[in-house]
Amino acid sequence: MTPIVEVRDLHKRFGELEVLKGIDFTVAEGEVVSIIGASGSGKTTLLRCLNLLEEFHQGDVLIGGEAIGYHLRRGQRVRIGEREVARQRAMTGMVFQAFNLFPHMSALDNVTLGLTKVRGMPRPQAIELADHWLDRVGMLERRDHRPSQLSGGQQQRVAIARAIAMSPKVMLFDEATSALDPERVGEVLETIRSLAQEGMTMVLVTHEMRFARDVSDKVVFMEDGRIAEQGPPQRLFLNPDSPRLQAFLKTSSF
Amino acid sequence: MEWDYFLNEVVANRDALLHGAAITFAVSLIAILAGTVLGIVIGIAVTYGGKPLRWPARLYIDIIRGTPVLVLVLATFYVSSAVGLNLNAFQAGALALTLFCASHVSEILRGALQSLSRGQIEAGRAIGLTFGGIFRYILFPQALRYALPTWITAAVEMVKASTLLSVIGVAELLLTTQQIISNNFLNMQFYLLAGVIYFLIDFAIEQVGRFIGRRLDQPTRRAV
Repeated sequence: MTPIVEVRDLHKRFGELEVLKGIDFTVAEGEVVSIIGASGSGKTTLLRCLNLLEEFHQGDVLIGGEAIGYHLRRGQRVRIGEREVARQRAMTGMVFQAFNLFPHMSALDNVTLGLTKVRGMPRPQAIELADHWLDRVGMLERRDHRPSQLSGGQQQRVAIARAIAMSPKVMLFDEATSALDPERVGEVLETIRSLAQEGMTMVLVTHEMRFARDVSDKVVFMEDGRIAEQGPPQRLFLNPDSPRLQAFLKTSSF
Repeated sequence: MEWDYFLNEVVANRDALLHGAAITFAVSLIAILAGTVLGIVIGIAVTYGGKPLRWPARLYIDIIRGTPVLVLVLATFYVSSAVGLNLNAFQAGALALTLFCASHVSEILRGALQSLSRGQIEAGRAIGLTFGGIFRYILFPQALRYALPTWITAAVEMVKASTLLSVIGVAELLLTTQQIISNNFLNMQFYLLAGVIYFLIDFAIEQVGRFIGRRLDQPTRRAV
């Protein structure tokens, strides 16, 4: 079966600095993959390559079997046009560390914007779908609130609804709870967990080790732009092979 | 006696005054509308454009904003005829004010756009919007709200700057007033009258601006 996400020999540079040095990994349908590692190991950059918020310089990213961002024309690697890239981006949904809701719109309009303007859905139908997902993340009662009237945890749950309502093939979470007050982390993790249990394919960059261990099917440990170790969470957390992962786990809180 | 004379003169010159006010209003309106459209284009170029777009836009803004409007008006009038572009005084004046307005509007827009977080652009891209969609639905509505008060000030400045067109012979309100005064010598009275008319035009612009501001401040949907 075609994996939902396939990354082959991915390289990425910021100027002279190579931050991704040949990444290979796959995500199967319904799989939940957590990417862990120290700050600066390249995990967020890797995630952002999956929906082309970052350009990459070598290798392939395939979403649902389709090569993202670049194609070969007469042997040359060519960037795909912006309109086409926009369509490809909509195959993934992303949740950001800083929520990034549109502040001038209600929670409901944050969710319907992509449905009406990208999917071309009629507004009544978009509202119905948005209500369904806002209800699902427990935010239906506050659908008419602006982001400034919501707590961080509530904003992040709206952001999750905004991304998932577009029915992406895979959801990408970029440190979705890092910017939250400690007492708000639980409600967001609970939302993510329940979506995972329903079979949503997910890639999470996270510092929540306990959550990564409990929810993931696979854990990817990154170190200096490479995948140092990957496998089922039981093995990685209980019997890490590499000394670097052993050291990393020692310094991480559970 | 004096008062009667003044009123008689106003009535006698009412057509000229109305015509002058109409010219002032028309040239300002053209400059504000065309300048705003051009300013938005240049503002986008200078904020989001790549180097080949950003550089000329930056240069345009700096040169036009660094030039006195009077110089701009004279230059447009005399240079345009020198290069074979046959503009009459009104057209040249309207063009000069439009260029001037555009440089201000683009700077106002750039400031407003840069105050918006980059994260919103990324969120827009992540749901599959193209840059056009992101600008139209996410950035522009917010920038408009931030930029409106300064934009109104710029619009009012255009009306005041239109007085400079009198030097190239556009019979706008100020030149008309001067012509009337040269016949009846009622300096103070007619300059005061012109001042009142300018004030009314500017006051009307500010009211329209406030009205738009109130409309923009209403939530997209009713907030609870």
